[in-house]
Amino acid sequence: MAQSIAASDNTGSMTSIEAGYLEQYNYDIIKKFTIMAIFWGVAGMIAGTWIASELAWPFLNFDIAQITFGRLRPLHTSGVIFGFGGNALFATSYYIVQRTCQTRLWGSGFANFTFWGWNLAITIGGIGYMMGITQGREYAEPEWYVDLLITVVWVVYFLVYTMTLLKRNQPHIYVANWFFISFILAVALLHIFNNLAVPVSFLGAKSYSLFSGAQDAMTQWWYGHNAVGFFLTAAFLGMMYYFVPKQAGRPVYSYRLSIVHFWALSFMYMWVGTHHLHWTAIPDWTSSLAAAFSIMLLMPSWGGMINGIMTLSGAWDKLRSDPIMMFLITSLSFYGMSTFEGPMMALKSVNALSHYTDWTVGHVHSGALGWVAMVTFGSFYHMVPKIWNTTIYSTRLIYVHFFFATIGILLYITALWVSGIGQGLMLRAFDEYGNLAYSFIETVTFMHGPLVARAIAGMFFVTGMLVMTYNVWMTIAKRETLRNTASSTAKA
Amino acid sequence: MLKHESIETNAALLIVLTLAAISIGGLVEIVPLHYIEGTVEDVKKLNAECIKADNCKDAVRPYTALEQLGRDIYTREGCYTCHSQMIRPFRDEMLRYGHYSLAAESQYDHPFQWGSMRRGPDLARVGGKYSSAWHVKHMVKPTAVVPESIMPNYPWLQETALDIIDIQAKMSTLKMVGVPYSHTKIEFDANVEKFGEDVAKKLDINMAEKNLEAQAKLGNFDGNPDLLSEMDALVAYLQILGTMIDFSKHDEAEFVKFR
Repeated sequence: MAQSIAASDNTGSMTSIEAGYLEQYNYDIIKKFTIMAIFWGVAGMIAGTWIASELAWPFLNFDIAQITFGRLRPLHTSGVIFGFGGNALFATSYYIVQRTCQTRLWGSGFANFTFWGWNLAITIGGIGYMMGITQGREYAEPEWYVDLLITVVWVVYFLVYTMTLLKRNQPHIYVANWFFISFILAVALLHIFNNLAVPVSFLGAKSYSLFSGAQDAMTQWWYGHNAVGFFLTAAFLGMMYYFVPKQAGRPVYSYRLSIVHFWALSFMYMWVGTHHLHWTAIPDWTSSLAAAFSIMLLMPSWGGMINGIMTLSGAWDKLRSDPIMMFLITSLSFYGMSTFEGPMMALKSVNALSHYTDWTVGHVHSGALGWVAMVTFGSFYHMVPKIWNTTIYSTRLIYVHFFFATIGILLYITALWVSGIGQGLMLRAFDEYGNLAYSFIETVTFMHGPLVARAIAGMFFVTGMLVMTYNVWMTIAKRETLRNTASSTAKA
Repeated sequence: MLKHESIETNAALLIVLTLAAISIGGLVEIVPLHYIEGTVEDVKKLNAECIKADNCKDAVRPYTALEQLGRDIYTREGCYTCHSQMIRPFRDEMLRYGHYSLAAESQYDHPFQWGSMRRGPDLARVGGKYSSAWHVKHMVKPTAVVPESIMPNYPWLQETALDIIDIQAKMSTLKMVGVPYSHTKIEFDANVEKFGEDVAKKLDINMAEKNLEAQAKLGNFDGNPDLLSEMDALVAYLQILGTMIDFSKHDEAEFVKFR
């Protein structure tokens, strides 16, 4: 009963395009998504570093409406979450579902549609933000017509994924696929209900949300947090459940743990969104319920972390010799850390200080850079040579990337702990007469130093990303050279 | 007994059970908010006369045409990425921003703009706190009035004419999602009953352009009577924020019970 992909996945994947017969797996679609993931990663992270710099050095807004912080910020968040993260998830989920089901992806035309549709949606959405077209809902900024396109793409994604599962040549559905299914279903639910809106005109961009005030806030943060829970967690756990065992060459540590934490995670995440609304004008019971579930959520979260890290037992030496393993295990460590920090910040008393400050932003990035991006990097370094049927251009550059990324993240979260906790403490400080000790603007002045450090941290991370881009580029180029040489030799 | 093996060998079962697992949380927390009375407080504009006659009007009204267009600019520029509109019930926030926010105050906000971040101060009660002239100066170049500010300059707001062409369509759309703007005589009368005649007139969709221009002219928010600018609308919106409820007329115990 215990599943081992190490055993189930070793049939011939190295097919030969040159030979002219149909490949066993559809790798073409994965290549496209992989390249776009890297493209959006670079674009989204540069946008992030740019807006971080705007906060540190406001002249960078240059009085140009299109690049003011308020308009560029959604470009950064959408670029990295949906552009980088989304394309990476499409790529890896299509890879994993084929490999673990030992079958070719169903409906290559439909899969292609998800590629073009998804990237078109992000492009239209992103250009729109700069023109001031936004729903004003965090992480759901695209207007109604983009939302409709995303909905269609998502339904097709579900179709392709499910149909591939149905034609599997394995009796069992591997655990990574459970997480991807959970992710696809949850994101569909969240996307549809959070984007209920009525357009002003069918020829115009503007729409108004169906709900207002407190109910709208509830819906938005139910969406907002579960975008983290399912888009940025469940799906990346799916990625982890394939690539960690593959790279370690060992089966998943505990099959039982993966069952328990899968169901617990899927069930509990949906309850915790309201911790973004502690102390606001929503009924207290929803907020208390969310806090309680947030604390409980620590267990399934750590279940995943433990299952991933312990998969390495017996192969710990790889942490010294294998930079891909370093990425994967570091990502799980950051996952563990941020899923401890999250429940702590979901406590009402801690939240009273942390909410509205950079602590939240730092927390998000310890998850987004530390967990999501790092696990993606590790997975890509494993997958890219496989789908292009070659070896990585430079292992040394993977180390270089690793250190740029890790230094960047550590500096980032430390800077924002200082900024966020510092601001939180200053805002609630009183002098000996019971008056406010600081004005708001004094906290802004205080935050300048940490915000400069954060911008520099972003530059570190972007540099690492550029190193990866170069490495992947050269890997593909190397492959093409080989192929050309091979075919010209054949002709001769 | 159901073994887990039967779930992981059956895609349909896996999908159905997962869907069940992820649906419950949202259903329990969100759906009741649409039905439980008191999620949004019923706050009246109190005075001795109306209390006696038991016909006090709603304190919180929908935005006027001009304010709503200002709000659209607020959303467009992504002000929510740095400013919250939600004061929490803490001593420091009360001293800094005023009475904690009530759900009633954002009941006509489509979408809500409570925000999640304070790179700048909370704006839930910024209305009336500064003069309109201050706002204009601040918006054009924040460092002119707050030297340490990190807010971008928004000089184009003053130079750009306000687009009022689709104001009626916008108000009609908002009406569809539940904001009590009026089209017909019956709806107008209902608004007179709910908000009083003065307010009801401002909520009449048919009079939108006229009301809008009148308010801009009277308020002269951007200090330039010759141009109905985006600045006019935005400042009109900012100046109304958090001013609709007169908390001095209410007993604190009245609101605590909702929290």
